[in-house]
Order: sequence, then structure tokens, then C-alpha cells
Amino acid sequence: MIGAFSFKIKGIHFREKAFKKSLAISALVAVVILLAIFFTLLINSLPSIKAFGAGFFYQTTWDPVSNKFGALPFLVGTLLTSFLALVISTPFSIAVALFLGEYYKKGIVAEIFKNIIDLLAGIPSVIYGFWGLFVLVPLVRELEMKLHVAPYGVGIFTSSVILAIMILPYSVSLSRQVISMAPSHLKEAAYSLGATRWEVISKVIIPYTKSGLFAGLLLALGRALGETMAVTMLIGNTHSLPTGIFSPGNTMASVIANEFNEATGQVYTSALIEMGLFLFVVATIINIIGKQVIKRFTLE
Amino acid sequence: MKIKNFILPILIVSFGLISCGGGNNSNPKDMANKAASGDNSEGIIGAGSTFVNPLFSKMFSVYNKEKGIQVNYQSIGSGGGIKQLENKIVDFGASDNPLSDEQLQQAPSPIVHIPDCLGAVTIAYNLPDNPTLKFTPDVLSDIYLGTLTKWNDPRIQQLNPGVKLPDLQISVVHRSDGSGTTYIFSDYLSKVSDTWKSKVGKGQSLNWPAGLGGKGNEGVAGLIKQTPGGIGYVELAYAIQNKMAVASLKNKSGNFVAPTLASTSASANVTIPDDMRVSITDTDAPGGYPICSFSYILLYKDLYYNIKSEAKAKNVVNLVSWIIQDGQQYSEALDYAKLPESVVKKSLGIIHGLTYNNKPLQ
Repeated sequence: MIGAFSFKIKGIHFREKAFKKSLAISALVAVVILLAIFFTLLINSLPSIKAFGAGFFYQTTWDPVSNKFGALPFLVGTLLTSFLALVISTPFSIAVALFLGEYYKKGIVAEIFKNIIDLLAGIPSVIYGFWGLFVLVPLVRELEMKLHVAPYGVGIFTSSVILAIMILPYSVSLSRQVISMAPSHLKEAAYSLGATRWEVISKVIIPYTKSGLFAGLLLALGRALGETMAVTMLIGNTHSLPTGIFSPGNTMASVIANEFNEATGQVYTSALIEMGLFLFVVATIINIIGKQVIKRFTLE
Repeated sequence: MKIKNFILPILIVSFGLISCGGGNNSNPKDMANKAASGDNSEGIIGAGSTFVNPLFSKMFSVYNKEKGIQVNYQSIGSGGGIKQLENKIVDFGASDNPLSDEQLQQAPSPIVHIPDCLGAVTIAYNLPDNPTLKFTPDVLSDIYLGTLTKWNDPRIQQLNPGVKLPDLQISVVHRSDGSGTTYIFSDYLSKVSDTWKSKVGKGQSLNWPAGLGGKGNEGVAGLIKQTPGGIGYVELAYAIQNKMAVASLKNKSGNFVAPTLASTSASANVTIPDDMRVSITDTDAPGGYPICSFSYILLYKDLYYNIKSEAKAKNVVNLVSWIIQDGQQYSEALDYAKLPESVVKKSLGIIHGLTYNNKPLQ
């Protein structure tokens, strides 16, 4: 009896241990893969780093024929489209988050809205690209004709609008959560002092949740930086420095997607990989900052 | 557990993963290609040009029915096809442009070029009522250099006396993805314009002086269709299938030639060097359309280098000689131009010279 009992205990112990080990291994694999991606990018971009140095980031000529690679136009294109998208989407994302986090927390309407916004995140980006090409581009072209700028239709602005729609669910889902977490005793205290709903939102909820809202925006920005397909279809893909928000341009991600398949020669391939490395680093930094802000918010 | 205990093993394993990519595959693209190709000891494996993929699909399905030999072709792009051939992953490669002298020298073993079909690049545009336009090489290159910017420019009007050209900005469209089509087009412009040659040059991706980029033929065609006054270049097959308005171009002999399958085949009626590596853009043939090119099958001259059984090497050689003879009947239905007789004859000579471990195969 005693022997069987201790055997059982041993068995449980063994299973406990094996389970814990397998969890640890799975977690490690994810970390290892991330690091491996980083080092692979780094090693493969060495030829380009050696050849161009810091010039890679401020030269404006991208010429595969003569092997001259400066990524400034794509850097500018990436930052312009991402931040413009953020500017366009922020008012909407905060409005939607207030609507779902404060006004309609529960009920059928709220559920339908939540699901629809989550659905936005699930639409493949090529479909956004198509929609942009057939619906948005003609609209933007008309706008451009009214503003008397070159009516390309495609360009930085068009891509930013599409990006703004694409990143909306990412910032909304976090903002909604933090807004609904705003402590009710503070809100009720404000109401009891005769505050209107607007005053509660602007004086209590937003100040209280602002770092959470900011983190949501940062995560959305990270998403916008790396978006490839829809942007490639709408940005115009020119290698020159954009001159304004209506001019065509290019982003780092879309240049990689466009040119990597047929890139020949070590320096060319390596220059594209260096751009990927830079994108990877920027996205990682933005994500880390976002996570830190969320952490501080939840500690408060 | 402490984090410290984790860091070292993680780093070691990460470096291990990276070094897996060493050896032959100097960059991750090769690794991806290798993973995609898999192992297939039974059938014949080829990889390369996306341009010939529809034609090859048809040919290989017929071939499988007739001879019972499976051909697995992966359209990963010409550059990828060349790399896979060099890494001995495939039995044959396919490329839209011949290898350069430098590439041939660097190849691990001599490579031969066998043309499989002809392609052409057409100039499509979007104007009211889509008239048929005529262009000269200098007008075309100035449009793409960004120096000729209006449709009603006297230089264009003069070439097209019967057409009422609108006062509209010319919106130039080019391919944004690296592509053999861009190579052929820029090869042509480099031949007809010195400014283009010195300023831009030829290649699969370029530093374009003007215009917007669209991804793939469909991306370019989409931008042209949407932009009043748009002009761009697309493959002949794509233009035919989508019934696009395309321009006639003045060729070297001074004739304005419309891009058709016949005028594409005609462009190859020129003296061709023995190794078949020739650019036939700006052709000397009087009836030839000037922006055409061969698409090639690439093989090692001694097939022992990448194929490990003589029987399989024989199969590959039979397949290739079938493609350039019986297989040609499937070209025109799919809007590819047939090889002229003279080219087929010359190619058969090259196939005859192929060896296996220094023994002739045929």
C-alpha cells in the first residue's frame, strides 16, 4: 500500500515536472526565435552596413542599377504615413472607446459594435488595399483636383487614411478597457458634486486613463509602421523624397516586399535586409515603450 | 528560476539557428527557397521566371499525360531560379534574361541557354476613346525620363495626325516590384536613348526618374485604368487578355509596328549568337516589334553537375527538346509568341551538345 502510494506521488511529481518543463521550453522557443530573427537580420545586413554606414539613413538615392542605396525617402515615407494615420485615427479611436467603455458598456448595441470593430482587425490587408484602390483613390483624386495639387489619387495621404482604419481596432480595444476600468467612486464623486457627463469624461476619465490611452496609440503606431500590402497598393511606390502629404512615396516595408524577390547581388539584398532590421528595431522599441506605459498605468 | 540562468542558453541556441543558414545558402532567401522546393527524386523540378509560368503549366500538364513524367515548376522569379540552379536544388532554371558574362563566370559549372518562348512589352495608356497611338523611341524615352509631360505636346501630335490629343498631364506608371518586364523595357530604352543609358540604365528594379509604381502587371494596369492620361508598360499577354489599348512603336527599320504575337516572333528573325544569349530589343528585323525578349531555360552543360542519375538527365533533355518543338503549339493560345524555326534549329544543336559526366546524352 505504502509503496503504491509513494509511486503515485512520484508519478504526480514527474508529471508536474514534465508539464513545467514543456511550458518553459515553449516559452523559450518564442524568445529564441525572436533573437534568431534579430541576429539573422543583423548578420545579413553587415555587407550593407559596411558599404554605406550611416549614409544609409540620410542618402536619398536608391539605385539598384549602380548599387547605391540610401533609405531616407522610405524612412520619411514610413514615418509620415504612420504618424498621419495615428493623427487621423486618434479622435475616432478615443470617441469609439468612450462610447463603448463609458456610455454603452453592456447590451446588444455594445456587443455588435465591439465585434464589428474587432472584425476590422481580421480583414486581410490586401482587401483594404483593393477597397482603397477602388473607392478611396477616386475620392482622394477629386479632393486633390479641388486643392489644385497633382491628382495622382494614390500617395502618402491615401495610404494614411487606409492605415488609420486598419489600426483603429488596436487602439480601441486597449482604450476601451482602460476607460471602463476608471474607478466608479471617482466618477460618482464628480457626479455628486454636480458635474455633467462631459465634465466627468474630460476632467476625470481622460486624465485618469491618459497613459493607457497613450499606450493604445503606441501599439497602433507599431502596427502602422510594419503594414505592407495595403500601403504598397496605395502609396504610389516612387523612390523620391515625398514633397507633401499628397505626393506619392514609399515605405520601408513596401520596398522590401516589392524588390526582395528579384534582388540580385549581395549589397542589394543586404541593403533591403538592413531596412528590415531597422524596421524590426523601431517596432520593438515602440512596443517596449507601450508595454512600459501600460505597466505603469496598471500599477497606479 | 532566475533570468540570468536563461540568457546564456538562449543566446547559444539563437546563434545555432543562425549558423544553420551557413554554407551554400548565404542569405535567408535561399533558405526559404530550399524549404519550398522540398525533395522530389521522382519528377523533374524546375524553378524561375513567373512570366512563363502559365505556359509551362499547360505544357507540363500535357507532357505528364503524354509521357507520364511529372514536372514540378515553381514560379519564384528569374533571380530565384538562377540561384536554385546554382545551389543544385532544381534540375533546370528559367529566366527572362540571359545570364551576364559575370554571372556565367561565377557559375560553378558551364550553363547553357535554351529559349522557350518569346515575350513582348506593350505600351498601354488611358485617353478619351482610347485611340491607337504611334510612338517613336525618343518620344517614349522622354516620357519616361519625365521631360515630355503633356499629351498634346507637338512631338506626340505630329506622330498621330488624325488623333485629337487632350491637354492632359502624362502620368507615367512603372512596375514597383523587381521584374523581368522592367528589365526588357529598360534594356530597350537604354539602347534607343543615351540619356536613359547614362542616367537610369537597365535592371529589374530601377531608380525611376518619373512616375508612379504599381505592383505586377495588374498593379500597373490598374493605375493606368484609373488615371486619365496614364501611360505604362505591361506584358503583351496581359494586354491582349485585358483588351488594353496599346501603342505601335517605330522600330529600327523605320516601320511602325503594333505589338502582336506575329510581330513578336518576327523580332527574333535576326542573327543569333551560338550561345543564344542575345538581347533582341530594338531588333533589326523589319517587321519586328522592338520591345521583345526570349525567355530561357537554363541547364548545366554537363548535367552530371546537378542531376544524380543518367536516366533523369535524359528525361530532362527530352523534356526541353519537347518544349521547343511539340510544346510550341500551346504558346499562341496562351498569348505567348512561338519561337521562329531558325531559333528552334539552333537550340536543338545546343541540346545535342549536352553531356552527362562527359558522355553525350543524345
